[in-house]
Amino acid sequence: MRAIHHKLLRDLWHMKGQALAIVMVIASGVALFVGQLAVMHSLRVTRDAYYSEYRFADVFANCKRAPLSVADRLRDVPGVDVVQTRVTLRVMLEVPGLNEPATGQLISIPDNGEPQLNDLFIRKGRLPGPGTDNEVALVEMFAKANKYGLGDSITAIINGRRQSLRVVGIVLSPEYVYALSAGAFVPDDKRFAVMWMNEKQLAAAYNMEGAFNDVSASLKPGASHAEVIARFDDILKPYGGQGAFAQKDQVSNWYLANEYKQLETFGVVVPLIFLGIAAFLLNVVMSRVVATQRDQVAALKAFGYSNFQVGLHFGELVALIVLMGTIVGTLFGWLMGEKLIDLYTDFYHFPVLRFSLPGWVPLAGMAVTGSAAALGTLNAVRRAAALPPAEAMRPEAPPNYRMTLMERIGLQRWLSQPTRMILRQLERKPMKAGASILGLSLAVAILIVGMAFVDIIFTLIDIQANVVHREDVSVGFTEPRSRDALHEIESLPGVEYAEPYRAVSARVRFGHRNRRLGIQGIPFDTRLNRVLNTDLEPFDLPREGILLSRVLGDSLHVSPGDEIIVEVMEGTRPTRTVKVAALVDDFMGISAYMEIGSLNRLMREGDVISGAYLLTRGEASEALFESLRARPAVASVSSKATSIENLRKMVEEQLLYSIAFNVLFAGIIAFGIVYNNARVSLSERARELASLRVLGLTRGEISFILLGEQALLTLVALPIGFFLGYWLTFAVMASVNSEVVRMPMVLNTSTYALGAICVIFAAAVSGLIVRRRLDRLDLVEVLKTRE
Amino acid sequence: MSEAEKEDVYVLADDSREAVFVAEGITKVYKMGEVEVHALRGVDLQLYEGEFVVLLGPSGSGKSTLLNILGGLDVATAGTVRYRDHDLTHADESALTEYRRHHVGFIFQFYNLIPSLTARENVALVTEIADDPMSPDDALKLVDLGDRLDHFPSQLSGGQQQRVAVARAVAKRPEVLLCDEPTGALDIHTGVKVLEALARVNRELGTTTAVITHNAAIAAMADRVVHIADGRIAKIDTNTNKKDPSELEW
Repeated sequence: MRAIHHKLLRDLWHMKGQALAIVMVIASGVALFVGQLAVMHSLRVTRDAYYSEYRFADVFANCKRAPLSVADRLRDVPGVDVVQTRVTLRVMLEVPGLNEPATGQLISIPDNGEPQLNDLFIRKGRLPGPGTDNEVALVEMFAKANKYGLGDSITAIINGRRQSLRVVGIVLSPEYVYALSAGAFVPDDKRFAVMWMNEKQLAAAYNMEGAFNDVSASLKPGASHAEVIARFDDILKPYGGQGAFAQKDQVSNWYLANEYKQLETFGVVVPLIFLGIAAFLLNVVMSRVVATQRDQVAALKAFGYSNFQVGLHFGELVALIVLMGTIVGTLFGWLMGEKLIDLYTDFYHFPVLRFSLPGWVPLAGMAVTGSAAALGTLNAVRRAAALPPAEAMRPEAPPNYRMTLMERIGLQRWLSQPTRMILRQLERKPMKAGASILGLSLAVAILIVGMAFVDIIFTLIDIQANVVHREDVSVGFTEPRSRDALHEIESLPGVEYAEPYRAVSARVRFGHRNRRLGIQGIPFDTRLNRVLNTDLEPFDLPREGILLSRVLGDSLHVSPGDEIIVEVMEGTRPTRTVKVAALVDDFMGISAYMEIGSLNRLMREGDVISGAYLLTRGEASEALFESLRARPAVASVSSKATSIENLRKMVEEQLLYSIAFNVLFAGIIAFGIVYNNARVSLSERARELASLRVLGLTRGEISFILLGEQALLTLVALPIGFFLGYWLTFAVMASVNSEVVRMPMVLNTSTYALGAICVIFAAAVSGLIVRRRLDRLDLVEVLKTRE
Repeated sequence: MSEAEKEDVYVLADDSREAVFVAEGITKVYKMGEVEVHALRGVDLQLYEGEFVVLLGPSGSGKSTLLNILGGLDVATAGTVRYRDHDLTHADESALTEYRRHHVGFIFQFYNLIPSLTARENVALVTEIADDPMSPDDALKLVDLGDRLDHFPSQLSGGQQQRVAVARAVAKRPEVLLCDEPTGALDIHTGVKVLEALARVNRELGTTTAVITHNAAIAAMADRVVHIADGRIAKIDTNTNKKDPSELEW
């Protein structure tokens, strides 16, 4: 090892406190970056492998009832590879211990065993065999949530008859990675079951022998999804086809894709911001660290080291710090990633979800921080190396100072000498003060960004729970029913008020774009299911025309006043032109609303409803659920309290961990910034302060000069940090927004306060550490040497 | 100055006056890793009220260490140092701060002015914490800088900066003025101006002044010259014929 390398290691040891702080800043940025990117990578790799291994279909379609011979016509559609027909059936389940009814989705599997598409992963047991009575394979999450094991029985109400189903297998399906029951927006593992049953038996129970009501298909490479979907629609139309759709619109996959997009924001945008901030700080800190070594640069040059060698020397110092930061960060990122992956397995049901870390991720993190640090170092080294060695070793000429603005306008007599020192120091080096303030305000800002999600998500839940959905219970019918059904429901025990709704599945087209969705018909004077704009003001429902979510409007490229084509996928399947009355900035899902009467007219039907929203007296009672369960016409019952609870649970478990990591690392970065700021100021001004000590100033008095400056910088940085925090949050939110959810932009005062408190706390702790160093200033040394 | 006053000065140089500092058997050992460096090896020294003493010796002789111990910046390894009724050997950090604050004025080789404060403010920094200071303006007039009150250090020459440092040191009317190579960074012309300022303060305020230097020429302006070599006092000369700083040459 050469002498200069010894110097390197000793310099590093000498600045160990600062180096540690910088290492932690880099490590935090890298940890978030590595952890989140690895999680994303793992989720993608797992999903893609699962889809391909278990032959997840490319196109899906449902119809009322089509003879099996139709399947051959579907097979003949150009581009289609494999076609798998199935019988599916929504049923109510009786689960002991559950107050509200659970719903189940029964899906057939071929008599000869394995499905050709959408194959099942068998966790335990086996698939139901042909000719065996009432055997089912049960989806794993429902089995877990309700503690069903092999051999247990589930009671289902099929076609109005109670039937006992025996669990012979516990399985997972690529169609239910994200298991949502129809109409729900949050998975409810306790109340939504998917079961697979032998086709012959299911068809017999549901009078579907020789027929199917569900079909999926895989396509040959290069086949056009749009053409296949159009051909499927044509073929299935006479059989009550409800519109074919591609894999990307399949519910589980659509949610998964949107969630991935959201995770990507958390996992890429936020860490990138953090990494960027860490890099900026490194730049500032390294340039100041090198600046304090000006005499050493001169000495090295005097010995005959070239500028390049001197630059390399400091470059190596930075490289060591960056390398340590990357290693520590990668390690923490790994741990964090494994923890997050663990959490995601509760929501994304893959056979295995294994954490994997692609090698380029830590390398990229290191490159970003390394280049920022190198840039800051090089600038400082270049400045230091530009001086002739003799000049650099001589005591620096006193820097130029002047009266500050505050003094020039006559406030001088109220300022003590130390206060003047603080103000003049700041005014003389505005760039340095500016960089410190920017660093400190970024610390405040990232804390705010980290914590903002808590405010925003809980506001969103609150809006959904208390403002948008004001019903207690919602009821869906198996088939549209006349309005009399509403009166029947109104008279059920515990129901105070019932409001009808009509939901119609349709495909809306504008130009060459189209989306498949449900149009909601709601009464003009709705009390329970209001359409709200972003200011949470109720949106007046137009008497005619249709209201669309703005995201939907944007994806179709329509504006208010445009006419869209609505192809209804049920009933008499009318195709109508409807004027877009307005676009609504709503928060969740993609929705289309019409006044219920107007929708009924569009359907050319009478006063028909699909279900009702109920307001109950007190808590929704067991009696109410009991009587709803007993009605064969009722397909689904869901209580808002449960949905909101599920949403809250999902958010808490899934997002809050991410947020907690963000806040943790933001805190470390904030501390690193503040501490380094104080330490660098200390080394820059040690001599001046020691001189003052010799002159008889006390430790407290010189601490005031240094820490007062830091305090002033911190104080100025706080409001700037609030401002940056708001806009950074806004930018992150804009990128989080998806078709599933749009985040309301809210920041509570407490979040600003907490951000400020964290930074003030970091500043106070750094102040204490620096104060301890001030107390140990070597007074003798200062009389002898410069720097 | 009248002849009678000059007489006073000579009387003060007499050994019968009260000792301000009494150092007995002070040794100072620095531990530099495994090696022990003996900076002082048993020094006995008394400094008297109002006298101007030059501590003369080559680099590494221990003169700075001695000055630092007298000034309360460093503590002796063994021996005792008394400043009037203060025991500096056993004083704690805050007592030493108090001591420096109220009794000692320091002048450094590299001036150590605060660059962000004007000449007047540099002096005020000290007068604001002193018990009975002169006004910063008077202190600066004393060193002939009455016309540079509002100049920042960057606007002053080296000699002027050092004179501001002298003014800063004397403005609190210290009883002792300790100067570590005050002309070390200056040429002869500006150095003499600084020495003149020191002599004037010593003469007019009666401040006990100790100057350390390796420049033998300066010894000629002292009442006593303490020669230090290898951590010991080699000899002490008493000047019967003090020179005025303007007569010095080096």
